[in-house]
Amino acid sequence: MSRLDWLPDFLARLAAEHLLAHSGDEAVLAPAQRLVLDPEDWGNAAKVAARMGLRHVGMWADPSEGAGIVTRVATGADSTPDPQGIAVYACLEYQGGYVVLETAVPLDQPVLPSQTPHFPGLARLERHCHDLTGVTFQGHPDPRRWTRHQAWEEGEFPLRTDFPTAGRSVRHVGADADYPFPKVQGSGVYEIPVGPVHAGIIEPGHFRFQAMGEDVLRLEERLGYVHKGIEKIAVGRDPAALARLAARVCGDSTVAHTWAACQAMERATGGAVPPRADWLRALMAERERVANHLGDIGAICNDVGFGFAHMQCARLRELWQRRSRALFGHRLMMDAICPGGVAWDLTAEAPALLLADHTALRRAAIPLFDVIDDHPSLNDRLISTGRLSTAQVRALGCTGPVGKASGLPFDVRRDCPYPPYDRLEVVVPQEREGDVAARVRVRMSEIQESLVMMDRLLMTLPAGETTAPLPPAPPGAVGLGLVDGWRGEIMTFVRFGADGRITRFFPRDPSWFTWPALEQLILGNIVPDFPVCNKSVNGSYSGEDL
Amino acid sequence: MDHYLTLPGWGLAVFQSLLYIALAPLLVGWVRKVKARLQNRHGAPVLQAYRDLYKLLAKEARVAHTASPLFRAAPYIVFTATWMAAATVPLLVVDLPTAAIADIIVLVGLLALARVFLALAGMDVGTAFGGMGASREMMIGALAEPAMLMAVFTLTMTAHSTNLSSVIDHHLAEGFILRPSYLFALGGMVLVAIAETGRIPVDNPTTHLELTMIHEAMLLEYSGRHLALMEWAAQVKLLLYGTLIANVFLPWGIGRGMSAAALGVGLAVVLAKLAALGAGLAVGETVLAKMRLFRAPAFLNLALLLSLLGLLSHVILEVGA
Repeated sequence: MSRLDWLPDFLARLAAEHLLAHSGDEAVLAPAQRLVLDPEDWGNAAKVAARMGLRHVGMWADPSEGAGIVTRVATGADSTPDPQGIAVYACLEYQGGYVVLETAVPLDQPVLPSQTPHFPGLARLERHCHDLTGVTFQGHPDPRRWTRHQAWEEGEFPLRTDFPTAGRSVRHVGADADYPFPKVQGSGVYEIPVGPVHAGIIEPGHFRFQAMGEDVLRLEERLGYVHKGIEKIAVGRDPAALARLAARVCGDSTVAHTWAACQAMERATGGAVPPRADWLRALMAERERVANHLGDIGAICNDVGFGFAHMQCARLRELWQRRSRALFGHRLMMDAICPGGVAWDLTAEAPALLLADHTALRRAAIPLFDVIDDHPSLNDRLISTGRLSTAQVRALGCTGPVGKASGLPFDVRRDCPYPPYDRLEVVVPQEREGDVAARVRVRMSEIQESLVMMDRLLMTLPAGETTAPLPPAPPGAVGLGLVDGWRGEIMTFVRFGADGRITRFFPRDPSWFTWPALEQLILGNIVPDFPVCNKSVNGSYSGEDL
Repeated sequence: MDHYLTLPGWGLAVFQSLLYIALAPLLVGWVRKVKARLQNRHGAPVLQAYRDLYKLLAKEARVAHTASPLFRAAPYIVFTATWMAAATVPLLVVDLPTAAIADIIVLVGLLALARVFLALAGMDVGTAFGGMGASREMMIGALAEPAMLMAVFTLTMTAHSTNLSSVIDHHLAEGFILRPSYLFALGGMVLVAIAETGRIPVDNPTTHLELTMIHEAMLLEYSGRHLALMEWAAQVKLLLYGTLIANVFLPWGIGRGMSAAALGVGLAVVLAKLAALGAGLAVGETVLAKMRLFRAPAFLNLALLLSLLGLLSHVILEVGA
C-alpha cells in the first residue's frame, strides 16, 4: 500500500498530540484505512491532518440502528453500548491514499467538536449533518441551518430512525423567508437577491449579492431548494433499488453516482465485477464527461454572448447523446450500471460506430476549440475573470475542473485508480491561472484525453459476462465508493442492515466544495460577470441538496 | 418649408410612420434569421417577431402589486415617444411635414424621453434587477447621447441645417463627395446605434441571465400588452437607427416628390439598404462576444471621439473648401 506510506507519520503526529487512534479492521472500508477516535479528539485530529496537508473528502453521520455500536466497541470505550448512538465519519486523502476517521456520539447528547475551523470546505457538510441527524458541532463558525428550509421543524432530524420515511406531513411548504443573511453596511452598498426562480430554465438556488456599484462585495449562496430526501428514502432499499436511486442524485452525473454507489456496495459485500463490465462502466463515465464538458464550454461562451460556440457545442453534444440513446439505451445512460456489472451489453457493431464517432468529434471539436482558445473577444471576457488561487482550492478541497484549473490536479482515476483505470494511462490536465479561461482549457483537454481513453477501452474491450450476481451483504457491512465524475471526486458511503437492505447511503458530490469556491472567486469581479463565473464552476444543485 | 404642409404630404407622413411600426419586427426577424444561418441553424421564420408580438398582445397583462400608475403608463409613453422619433426620420421620401416640424434635436429629445420613462418603469416595482438595468441604461445613455449629437452636428454643419430632410437634400444635391467628416461621423453613429439598441457587444438581446442584462432587466416585470409595446418600441428604435444610417449617410435612392414611382423605388431601396445593414449587424454579433460592462464607456468614448474627429475634420478640411 504505497499510497498510504504517510500513515505512520500521521499516526505519530496524532500520538504527539495525545490523540488515541484505534486502527479498526483495516479492510472494512477499503481502499481507505479506518481509524477510530474518541469523540473529544475529533476536532484535534482534524487540526493535525490539516497541518500535515491532508485533503478533506467529506464527513457524514450514520444514526441508523447499530451503527454506533460497532464504533464504540472498537474503541473499547463502552461495555454497555448505547444501541442508538450515532456514528460519525470523516474521510481524508493524501497522495492518493484515503483514511476514514470514525467516532460515535450518544443519541441523547450528540455533541462533537467541529472540524470546520481546520477544513473550511466542511462548513456546509457539518451544517447538513446537523439538520438531518442532530449532531451538534461545537466551535462551528456558522451554526445556521442549511438543508432544513421549512419542510420539517427545528429539533426534528429526518435521518433518525424515529422519523417516518414518508415525512411528517404533506402540507404545502412555505417560502423560506427568515433565513438570516449577514448584512453589509455602508453608503452605496445595495443587495441583489437572485433566485431561486430564475429568468432561464435552470435549477433553483438563491444568491444574495452585496454590491457597491457593479463590484461584488460579498456573495452568499442559499441552496437546498431541491432537497429530495435521497438519504432517507435510501433506507430499506435493496442494492438494485439503491443503484436506481443513486442514478437520480444528480441527473448530469448519473453514471458517476451510480458507479460510486455500486462500487461501495460491491466493496461492502465482496462482490466481483466482470472485467467487461468495468470497461463498459468506464466507457460510459468518459462519455458522460465528454457530453457535460461540451455543454459547459458552450454555456460559458453563451454567457458572454458568443452564441456561435454555444450552438456548435450544443450540436456536438446532441449527436453524442443520441448515440448514447441508440447504443446505451438512454441519453444520459441512466440506470445502465447495476450492482455487479452493467445492465446491457454493446452490440457487435457498436465499437466500430463509437470509434467513428470519436474521430468525427475530434475533427469537429478541435477546430472549434482553437477558435474558443484564440478568440480575442472571448479572451477579453474569460482571462483573469473569477480567479481562484491554489491556496483557496486546497483549503476548500475542490476537485475536478475547478481544482485542476487552479493547480491541484487530483484525479481519482490516476491517483487512486479503480478498475479499469489501473490498466490505463490517465493524463490529467493542469492549469495554474485559476480563471474562467483555465477552467475552459481544462475541460477542452479532458475531452481530448477522454477520447483517447475511450479508443483504448474499445480496442481492449474484454469478452465475457457483463454482470455477476452480488453476494448477500453481511449484517452491518459498510463500503466506500470513490469515483471520478466529470465534476470531480465522488465519495459514496453505504451501510447494510441485518436484512441485507440499505440502512445508510451518503453520496458526496464534488459540488459541496465547489459551491463555496464560487463565493470566493466572485470577489473582486463585477455583478454581470457572475453568470459566466458560475457556469465555469457549474456546481450541482441537486447533488448537494440531496 | 410651408410647401411641405399639404394634405397629401400629411397623408404620406402618416403612411410612413405606420410603415415604421409595421416594418420594425421584420428587421429584427431578419437579423435573427441571418444570425441563425451564420451559426449553422435554421432559425425561426423571419415573421416570428410578428407572431411573438401578437401572442403578447393577446395575453393578460400582469402587474406587480407594488407598481404605481407610472408602471402602467410607461409602455405607452415609451412606445409613442419612440414612434414619434421614428416618424421624423425620412424613410421613403424626403420633404414630409413631419420633417418640417421636427429636427434632429427633437429626435434625440424624444429618444431621451422614452429612455427616462423606461428607466423609471424599471425602478418603479422596486426589484433589484429593474434598478440595476436602469442604472446601466442611464450610464450608456449619458455617454451615447453626446456622441450621437456630435455625429449629427457634423452633418448639420455641412448642410447648415438641423433638419434631417435638408441634410439629405443637401447631400443629394452635392452628389457623391467622399467627405472625411462623414466617414468619422458614420463610424461614431454606428457605435452609438449598437449601444443604443442594446446589441452585442454592449448588451445581449437574447440573454436569459438577469445579472448581465441592461435593456431586458428593465422589462422583467412586464407581461402581456405592456411587454409587447416595450419590445415593439425597441424594434422601432432599431429600425430608426438603421434608417438614420441608411438614409442620412447613404441617401441615394430615397424618393423625392410624391409620385408612386418615387415611393416604390424609395421603399425598395431602403429595404435593400436595411437588409444589408441587418446582415452586417448579424455578422458582427456572431464574431464578437459581449464585452465587460465596464468596457462599454470606452466603446462609447470611441464613438464620441470619432464624432468629434468628424466635427474637427469638417472645420479644418471642409469649411471653405
